[in-house]
Amino acid sequence: MNKALLGLLLGGILGVLDGLSAWFTPAVRNQLLGIVIGSTVKGLICGVLIGFFARKVNSLALGIVFGLGIGLLLAYAVAAMQPGPNHYYFEIMLPGGIVGTIIGYATQRFGEGPQAATR
Amino acid sequence: MTRYLSDSAMDRLREAADVPDLSGTRYQLVEKLGQGGMGGVFCVEDTELERRVALKVISVPDADGMLSARLLQEARVIAKLEHPGIVPVHDAGVLSDGRPYYTMKLVQGKRLDEYLGTTANLSDRLRIFLRICDPVAFAHAHGVLHRDLKPANVMIGPFGEVLVMDWGLSKLLQTVEATGQGEDRKTGDVHANSTTQLTAHGSVLGTPGYMAPEQVRGDAGLDQRADVYSLGTILQFLIADASPVPKAMAAIGKKATATDAVERYQTVPELASDVAHFLDGLSVNAYPEGPLGRAWRWIRRNQVWILLLLAYVLARTLLIFWRPR
Repeated sequence: MNKALLGLLLGGILGVLDGLSAWFTPAVRNQLLGIVIGSTVKGLICGVLIGFFARKVNSLALGIVFGLGIGLLLAYAVAAMQPGPNHYYFEIMLPGGIVGTIIGYATQRFGEGPQAATR
Repeated sequence: MTRYLSDSAMDRLREAADVPDLSGTRYQLVEKLGQGGMGGVFCVEDTELERRVALKVISVPDADGMLSARLLQEARVIAKLEHPGIVPVHDAGVLSDGRPYYTMKLVQGKRLDEYLGTTANLSDRLRIFLRICDPVAFAHAHGVLHRDLKPANVMIGPFGEVLVMDWGLSKLLQTVEATGQGEDRKTGDVHANSTTQLTAHGSVLGTPGYMAPEQVRGDAGLDQRADVYSLGTILQFLIADASPVPKAMAAIGKKATATDAVERYQTVPELASDVAHFLDGLSVNAYPEGPLGRAWRWIRRNQVWILLLLAYVLARTLLIFWRPR
């Protein structure tokens, strides 16, 4: 499995789980479906970006930093788009950053890099 | 009146007599690099290719021609073993004084025993060990036994390349088909007709402390397990100053140096595989472990995963119970 696909899959799975964790917050339980869909899309975008980065850059440290950065950035965007006065930056960005870090680590450790050019 | 030469004068005479006469060859002497049991190694300039190479030539009396045959056979064995971990032979010939020589790549690095001072990290040392195993396994696959593996015969090049040197005691293990000639070369020593542990000069073939017991005894039919033993002693040398030596690693060293060859790793790849498994945090054949040991090894191997997942679960748990005012 190549790194971009691994990132995509991992981002999707973690996105679903991340969205489902909203069930533990009664105040937003009635919006669970929308949260899961949004979280999954965010996970997929996050995963594919980090996966492509891992294809280009072979460094565990840089992969983790990039994953953390992308995770935080996308989570910030999602939080900023929240309607109403409360944007829940902390509640959304903290797990988002950790998910990005996990994907960054996984795509550096596992998955196939690009094949060397052959004639 | 009898006059004697001083010791220093005698030493200079010996040195002068030792210097090979390179007239008629394409080489010019640069300096002496070292002295082995039967020959000297010199740094020479290849005037045609304009590069420096190492030249090995016999430097002790060789009345019966046995050493000459051995040197030539050594060159042929090395030439047959084309591997990045084995110093390539460039040329072979005979000097004007009748002594055979061969030239090889000039390796400018450090001997393993000298190099160890620069790296104390156990993983780095074990990776070097694996790279020592590669050419030895390659030689075995080509029917050649080294028989003198020791830290002094391993060189670490300036770019980290690992080279197994001094194949002067090597032995053809199996019947090897001579390439393109359709004939078989029978099992035998590289040293011409020598079939015992003693050379014509009465020295033991190999280095005490690194030789397998069967090699010390002079058993007939030495096989690759003798080199496995020597590699085991090198492994123990590499891990000697690790404190504490991991139990699994100690068990690998113990199995590789078992007195009875049957109890050792039977091949070099088996030994290398166990060392590689140890490096990867996997179980090793030499060290059976219980459920607790397996669990602990799994945790250590996956500690980053576990920490990341714990961080995520912790963050989620905190957020469930944390309510902003």
